[in-house]
Amino acid sequence: MTAHADDPIPFPIYMDNSATTRCDPRVVDRMLPFFTTEYGNAASRNHAFGWHAEAAVEAAREEVARLIGATAKEILWTSGSTESNNLAIKGVAEMYRAKGTHLITCVTEHKAVLDTMKHLEQQGFSVSYLPVDPLGHVQLDQLRAAIREDTILISLMAANNEIGTLHPIAEIGRIAKERGVLFHTDATQAPGRIALDVETMGVDLMSLSAHKMYGPKGVGCLYVRRKNPRVRLTAQMDGGGHERGMRSGTLNVPGIVGMGEAARLARESFATEVQRLAALRDRLENGLKARLKDVHVNGDPQRRLPHLCNVSFPYVEGESLIMGIKEIAVSSGSACTSASLEPSYVLKSLGVGDELAHSSIRFSLGRFTSEAEVDYAVDRVCREVERLRAMSPLYEMVQEGIDLSKVKWTVH
Amino acid sequence: MTYSDKVLDHYNNPRNVGSLDKDDPNVGTGIVGAPECGDVMKLQIRVDDQGRIVDAKFKTYGCGSAIASSSLATEWLKGSKIDDAMQIRNTQIVEELALPPVKIHCSVLAEDAIKAAIADYKRKHEPAESSTQAQGAS
Repeated sequence: MTAHADDPIPFPIYMDNSATTRCDPRVVDRMLPFFTTEYGNAASRNHAFGWHAEAAVEAAREEVARLIGATAKEILWTSGSTESNNLAIKGVAEMYRAKGTHLITCVTEHKAVLDTMKHLEQQGFSVSYLPVDPLGHVQLDQLRAAIREDTILISLMAANNEIGTLHPIAEIGRIAKERGVLFHTDATQAPGRIALDVETMGVDLMSLSAHKMYGPKGVGCLYVRRKNPRVRLTAQMDGGGHERGMRSGTLNVPGIVGMGEAARLARESFATEVQRLAALRDRLENGLKARLKDVHVNGDPQRRLPHLCNVSFPYVEGESLIMGIKEIAVSSGSACTSASLEPSYVLKSLGVGDELAHSSIRFSLGRFTSEAEVDYAVDRVCREVERLRAMSPLYEMVQEGIDLSKVKWTVH
Repeated sequence: MTYSDKVLDHYNNPRNVGSLDKDDPNVGTGIVGAPECGDVMKLQIRVDDQGRIVDAKFKTYGCGSAIASSSLATEWLKGSKIDDAMQIRNTQIVEELALPPVKIHCSVLAEDAIKAAIADYKRKHEPAESSTQAQGAS
């Protein structure tokens, strides 16, 4: 199913697998009957259409649970990670409000977490936003110090979507447990890329999205712990009482079936896929570094996602570089904020400087990326960086020995 | 972001990329913008005794629209009198390149670069008036 080096390169080349992934054809095959022949409502109790749909949904629930070491009853279907993050954070905040009104997160979280926290602040909750070090890590002693008597939730992502830095989830889970605080992790980027186990990681709530793991868009889930402790949530969607009342709405049966199959594939191919992705990523990164001077890898070069490489090419602006390599699909900063002119808030929070943030590109490889595509990308990117550097007044100044930090710029 | 054909053309085939000797008395240099803002333009003109711009060069760090705006500016500058060059407005660049609203600042920067280059040239030739207008990066 994966591409081979001797396959012809299909253009354009997709290297934006942290934005979304291609749906695996095996996933699509499993989904198709649920549009046309097995189209029942999983909540219909009176006929075979409903029973078949329900059985398929429960089989998928088992598969997703298995991927993260949970039990099926702990999986709630949602429309994706944004909804899962909203439900986890707002649901816990509202349910445990009498116990406390303080939450902890960090500055490099996805907007689905940060904006949800901002919303809660307007509702009278208080939120601590932990800073990160230059590699994107939170400091565990700062986390410990941030926990108060009235802290009810810690929400820290498993893997950062822009730079790939991995938080030490198991250690954070231990700290949360010691202090009796619930722990939510946005693990959207993790499946099939790093091992997930809610028990060893001490996670109480986990958000996942199907389309980041070769499944369809519009479906995801929230893991909600049922034992030690039993986590309760206030529903954010009222209606027919689906998903044990925690998330009403007719289930997206084809999507759920797809997510189940995607989870099975992620689990079964995990070991080989992680190795393959890391090898491709290293090939990409080493290729760029071998040909270009001044290549800056953002994030933690060790503890990071295996498929992702966020790299800055100083003296070249990221958007112009992307424009020049138009046959390669990549992101500048986060795809969610690419429409704005502000450099990525994640890179800014690392303290890499706005200039490096403006010069950054995120390559994220996937199951269908081939070595030939990586080699093509290396050559194409290097040629374009060289062309743009030859056109860059900053590069010229540096060649002349001018220290750019000492120049008095006309900031506009 | 979708780009107009003219932006793409200037980006793919930029006109007049390069540098002139900034210490040459007949050369005016303007450097505007800042790396932390994501764009820096260097625009240079060579002016003859009749006040005509005989050559123009640019180097730009910035998005495709910033590169196109400065490339277009050098095209317009070459052969024009400096008094006419002073009349170039960013709105003309916006119109010519069909820049979207989020890219208007690129055209403003190009206009600033033209003015800064001319001011630098004038400063070299009217030492009595040596003011603080020039925006060289020294």
